[in-house]
Amino acid sequence: MKRVRRSQVEIEGKLRERTEVVEEDPSPPWDDRARLRVAGRPHPRLDGRAKASGAAIYTQDVGLPGMLHARILRSPHACARVLSVDASAALALDGVRAVLTQENAAAIPWYGGTTRLLERTVRYAGDEVAVVAAEDEETAEDALHLIRVRYARRRPVLDPGTAPRGGKPSVYTRGNARKAVSGAPVVVAGSYRTPAALHQAFETHGSVARWEGEHLTVWDSTQHIFGVRKELAAALGLPLHRVRVISTFMGGGFGAKNECGKYTVFAALLARRTGRPVRCLLTRAEESLAAGCRHATVQTLRLGARRDGRLLGIEHRSLCDVGAYGTDGPMPVGGPARTLYRCAAVRTEEVPVRTNTGPHTAFRAPGYVEGTFALERAMDRVAEACGLDPLEVRLRNYSPGDPRGFRYTRKGLRECYRIGAARIGWRRRARLGRRGTSLRGLGLASQVWPAGGAPPSHAVVKVNPDATAEVLIGTQDIGTGTRTVLAQIAAEELSLRARDVTVLLGDTGAGPYSLLSAGSLTTASAGPAVRAAARDARQQLEELATGLARGKGGRPGPREVCREIGDAMVIGRGARGPNPEGLKACSFGAHFAEVEVDAETGEVRIVRYVAVHEVGRVVNPLTASSQVEGGVLMGIGFALLERRIEDPATGRGIAVDLLDYKLPTALDLPPIEVLFVPGADPRATTIGAKGLGEPPIIAAPAAIANAVAHAVGADLPELPLTPDRVLEAIARGRRAP
Amino acid sequence: MPEARTPKKPRRARGTKSAVHLLLRVNGEDREVTTAPHRTLLETLREDLGLTGTKHGCELGECGTCTVLVDGQPILSCLALSADYEGREITTVEGMADGAQLHPLQETFADLGAAQCGYCTPGFLLTAKALLEEKPSPSREEIREALAGNLCRCTGYLKIYEAVEQAAARMREEGPRGGR
Ligand code: FES
Ligand code: FES
Repeated sequence: MKRVRRSQVEIEGKLRERTEVVEEDPSPPWDDRARLRVAGRPHPRLDGRAKASGAAIYTQDVGLPGMLHARILRSPHACARVLSVDASAALALDGVRAVLTQENAAAIPWYGGTTRLLERTVRYAGDEVAVVAAEDEETAEDALHLIRVRYARRRPVLDPGTAPRGGKPSVYTRGNARKAVSGAPVVVAGSYRTPAALHQAFETHGSVARWEGEHLTVWDSTQHIFGVRKELAAALGLPLHRVRVISTFMGGGFGAKNECGKYTVFAALLARRTGRPVRCLLTRAEESLAAGCRHATVQTLRLGARRDGRLLGIEHRSLCDVGAYGTDGPMPVGGPARTLYRCAAVRTEEVPVRTNTGPHTAFRAPGYVEGTFALERAMDRVAEACGLDPLEVRLRNYSPGDPRGFRYTRKGLRECYRIGAARIGWRRRARLGRRGTSLRGLGLASQVWPAGGAPPSHAVVKVNPDATAEVLIGTQDIGTGTRTVLAQIAAEELSLRARDVTVLLGDTGAGPYSLLSAGSLTTASAGPAVRAAARDARQQLEELATGLARGKGGRPGPREVCREIGDAMVIGRGARGPNPEGLKACSFGAHFAEVEVDAETGEVRIVRYVAVHEVGRVVNPLTASSQVEGGVLMGIGFALLERRIEDPATGRGIAVDLLDYKLPTALDLPPIEVLFVPGADPRATTIGAKGLGEPPIIAAPAAIANAVAHAVGADLPELPLTPDRVLEAIARGRRAP
Repeated sequence: MPEARTPKKPRRARGTKSAVHLLLRVNGEDREVTTAPHRTLLETLREDLGLTGTKHGCELGECGTCTVLVDGQPILSCLALSADYEGREITTVEGMADGAQLHPLQETFADLGAAQCGYCTPGFLLTAKALLEEKPSPSREEIREALAGNLCRCTGYLKIYEAVEQAAARMREEGPRGGR
């Protein structure tokens, strides 16, 4: 039975009120006493062989008979008016089939209606100006050079410090923070900056579009097939049932593929115009310029504490450079300040500012990575000011519930601290010091992230005559292992092996709606839906067994029932139930880093790393540990290497390839230990699991910065911690009394 | 429904520009291609031969995603001109398995979770294959060095090392089999 209620959901760290249609799920939660055979045990990816043999087909690999190739012409100027676009020479080139420009493309509203698909004003270097479809990629590329565009350039705004507001600030208060901080005996104040960072998923953004009469099929590298369907249908004025979006395999997203891209609409428009399938893929340079970023922040933070380290007030303000168009407002940079510690007086403010740079998007724990860096850096300074150990200060401010006035389903952060401190040997911290030019430091950071998932998510389970099963669900596997985890859950409920279950996902034409794969939502949303559907199927099988038993004597087992009923197969359906009222489900973690800093070169080497997480039940320890390893390495990249750079005068992207935009390599991986706090969280979801996609990146930059600060004896106000900044901090550390 | 790229018939590449006819040896088979003279080996494999297992990540020689083997040595196919590789033995990920029997590296990559999104996996597999052919018992350090030119944004590399180590152990035990 479906019913309607008002409820609060927290997705990607943003709390929203919404009307929810909920369907109760009667499944009794799998708690710690549940004896599970498949869920909760390591299982190799069910699609591992498809990936390792080269057979897995990604959007980039989709080739259709007669397919054309589209390439996009982008503005070289960060701010300009497009006076005219002359595509005649391009159209005359042999092999060119169509060119879209502002003159002939439909005026489709884009970026929340702030601009259109192709507009007369370009607002960042990389903004779309025209699109060519040609017989092959090279011809399309050649044609771009033949398009004559006249621009009237304007001076771009590039410095977030002086940029205009880009929308309403988002303000949160409890108590009187200003008064509490000003009156506190210990006050720590600081300004912290984080750079714009790029997702750099290995498969670039792209789509292939094909029309069959009135029906449009799109292959898209996306984190949200149903979201793309909705946006695409709206852009083209089509009813939903005529649009099908497929993403069978996709090569990484990290938040940049949550929405429908312009390239998808271009492919669909050009395919309609030419009567041929059209593929539109971004190059790596376009990926770096125009496919989203983690927005840069300038944060100012004041903490007031008692002399025993207990917090009295937190004031946090962040300028968030949302770029030229960022439509989702600023990311929740104040989230950690609002929820990580017990503190009665807190004020946070996220102020969006608009510059002529590429639009921002979500990027793995948006806001929280940046906010945790500033807050945890400042907490170490409170510890120092009070003469306390950093871990002790965190324990003294431990908040068992969400300090905004909610209870948690479970909070295992204290165990994370305990386990991690023991593994890394935290007690050695005081003894670490300088040996020749080598400075050693040990740092830790804490992490909170809303990760309980949410409705709606629906699933269908078909049980075959041979007692194998198929799960149909409109979610997608973005590389995290969703296929495998959902198969394990269905197998558990149906008493099968995971490899007796096939999960069909990534196709709006095949599975019912499920949420986007972002916000650490997927396992905690799609998982319970699949369990409910499998449970429905099992109950039907049990009823049939009773019926069949009457005629026969013995009661047949499920396998016999399946055989007996044959093609009159059992079909189960289920939906993700509502979240518990008044309770918040979050994932927690604590990271510990030991670093060695070279006092002469400023180079940072991570000697050891321990990551401990509490995410309720770990459904698949194998895929979970690779989530953590990859998340930590991505955090190391953000801490030490990565930043998007523009020419400060023109706003043109400088580091638009992988040589200049530094990603961590195999050589940057430190010895890392991944640990989980045991036990389920049955109040969060019926499978006892919470989300894990984002937590591993959140604490990493903060833990590393704290370790480096400990080594050099000075604060580190800006990421990444490049050698020049570290050397400068060492010099400051020496001057300090 | 044709989801995989259908290999295109050799056609005159692009209007006015001349096409070249090449005889390439790919995964133990002779393949004739008619293609544009400036096509990279990566594009020839993917677009002309329909071998989409080889992926592109940057097309500038910076990520290793497009790695294939030429006479057993890893090269970046995005930087290689197809015309220069006539008569050489080219191996792509599709050529690693022996019929239905996967190469030990492919097995351990699948079993140990070394492929997350899997996009970088073919490149790693071929780099690792070349390494193990040269050094059947590489140390962790040698694996790190050998793989340092291949980037991965998902895994954190640890499971990739483990998969290479385990494949090496299996190959030593079982003797050479599979692959070409
Ligand atoms: S695609 Fe060849 S090295 Fe990146
Ligand atoms: S597994 Fe995704 S890039 Fe390596």
